[in-house]
Amino acid sequence: MTDTATATNPSDANDAEVILSVTGLKKHFPIMKGVFRRQVGAVRAVDGISFDIRRGETLGLVGESGSGKSTTGRVVLQLDGATDGSVKYRGEELTTVSDGRMRQLRKEMQMIYQDPHATLNPRMTVASIIGEPLVENSTLSKAERRTRIDNLLNLVGLDPSHANRYPHEFSGGQRQRIGIARAIALNPEFIVCDEPIAALDVSIQAQVVNLLKDLQKELQLTFLFISHDLSMVRHIADRVAVMYLGNLVELAETDELYDNPKHPYTQALNSAVPLPDPVLEATRQRVILEGDIPSPANPPPGCVFSSRCPIAVEKCSAEVPVWRDIGGDHWVSCHFAEMT
Amino acid sequence: MSRGEPVLEVSDLKTQFNTQDGTLHAVNGVSFVLREGEFLGVVGESGSGKSVSMMSLLKLIPMPPGEVVDGTVMFDNKDLLQISGDELRKVRGGQVGFIFQDPMNSLNPVLTIGNQITESLHLHTDLSKKAANQKALELLELVGLPDAGQRLKSYPHELSGGMRQRVMIAMAIACSPRVIIADEPTTALDVTIQAQIIEIVRDLREQLGTSVVWITHDLGVVAGLADRVLVMYAGRIVEEAPVRELYATPQHPYTQGLLASVPRLDQKGQALSSIAGQPPSMYSAPTSCSFAPRCPHAFDRCHQELPELRLVAAGHKTACFWDAQTGEPIND
Repeated sequence: MTDTATATNPSDANDAEVILSVTGLKKHFPIMKGVFRRQVGAVRAVDGISFDIRRGETLGLVGESGSGKSTTGRVVLQLDGATDGSVKYRGEELTTVSDGRMRQLRKEMQMIYQDPHATLNPRMTVASIIGEPLVENSTLSKAERRTRIDNLLNLVGLDPSHANRYPHEFSGGQRQRIGIARAIALNPEFIVCDEPIAALDVSIQAQVVNLLKDLQKELQLTFLFISHDLSMVRHIADRVAVMYLGNLVELAETDELYDNPKHPYTQALNSAVPLPDPVLEATRQRVILEGDIPSPANPPPGCVFSSRCPIAVEKCSAEVPVWRDIGGDHWVSCHFAEMT
Repeated sequence: MSRGEPVLEVSDLKTQFNTQDGTLHAVNGVSFVLREGEFLGVVGESGSGKSVSMMSLLKLIPMPPGEVVDGTVMFDNKDLLQISGDELRKVRGGQVGFIFQDPMNSLNPVLTIGNQITESLHLHTDLSKKAANQKALELLELVGLPDAGQRLKSYPHELSGGMRQRVMIAMAIACSPRVIIADEPTTALDVTIQAQIIEIVRDLREQLGTSVVWITHDLGVVAGLADRVLVMYAGRIVEEAPVRELYATPQHPYTQGLLASVPRLDQKGQALSSIAGQPPSMYSAPTSCSFAPRCPHAFDRCHQELPELRLVAAGHKTACFWDAQTGEPIND
């Protein structure tokens, strides 16, 4: 459907090493029906997206629920197989790599999940949760491992004397710190953060985001930061990609994307976020989108956003807009990107 | 907005939960006034008691283990905490409407939307069946539900989250209540849908002139909606101010910390300041300022005495022994 849109990648403008390169990535989940479980359709969770992540940067991936941002994160790490397209990690194709090689690569590619309640084993102590990847993937002795665990706990701002406690003894923010310690235990290069702060309170969110930023500087980490919180992404990301219904609609350097959005969906998203400022809120112009996000099992023809777009014309529901750089490493898929 | 007569006067409300681990002091003496036509924002983090205190007003907490142990809630010259269950049921959904966070859990999955709206009309008004159906249709149109006529026959699972929340709003305003209590009504929704709902609430508020209590953790949402804001921490109100004043000159260190830790879409990313530490355990009644252990300005008195709300400017109160203007402890 979006073959024309997958020709090139947003990478040329910057010289930094591309650590991860995604081209034309698709992930469709089959819909089965009837006694014989015949496939009657597919949920097009991710439907042909292309982007690069450069070493040491944070790429923010924003979108509403059902836009396919979490699926993208999972497919990038090969936790789900891709339906089509390619994911290259430092030039190595991941979609066809052997299981053994993937196991080795997993040391370098980690994930931080949204819900620290669900992703920490309640029957394991914090030391064994953080130590598990070390047991599997390193040759450290027991004593060395213990030192490493203490170091990791210090690094994420937890007290090493709490290492023998269980997850339920910690608050949400502290549990997220445990999840972060586990993710960085093997000195990874690249971490997918899937809504790491969505379940936390405002004052705790800031603590965790600041921790992630500090760790990134200290350990030269590269992040794919998936979130629905546009304000927080502005604070943490170097570049931001906006996803809608399985497609990327815009990708640009952070300030450029927020100050000069080209895609009508990005504009609407920006104006929908309430500002903590009563004076500005009183006079703000808003673009209110009509209706709901369509089902990814039955996306609208042409541009995926055409059914809700305030500026859509006939062409939009007939032709898929090309994913292209309109200058200055600003990528948009909208027929009218050059005109706004 | 116009500031009318008080419709709801709450004083010294205290709610506890008797749990296996001991008594949880969820609300520890909350007093406030809601005026005619006023939009009151209640903000706080999880566990601050914002929902429990507002649900306690009409005893909408599970009892047991919950218990409203003290306080008065004056509404329509009656104390809602003293009146009988039958009388209370007439107030709930009649003169006081509710909108809850998760419309999937608060709509009945086996009744059609039409049935659920007309149910409250039957209970609280003497409209005929036909008139009630007509009214339900008008309400759905008022909240901007597409194909309102069709939707009357739909079941909740056939609607999207945004549409279900519109139905909840239609039900809340069905009996022309004097007060609507909305508990995080947009938290479960996507940001573009949230914007739709907020737009409807703005319109309705102009049209109906109902007083609204809007509970939320999102300082952005209240900024655009509320006339006045209460900030809660550990079961108490720590600051109360007209909305613009609260954001321009926050007085309580907690409010200051909270505002500083919110990232803003319209500003470039600097390091966010965060509030160190964790919210306190609620298993003992507060005898000193609950925020003191996390407070950058705390001094001896904060750890010994419980600060009461004091007036700092017209309509602006804070419960703090530290004076934000001088940066010194207050002397009283």
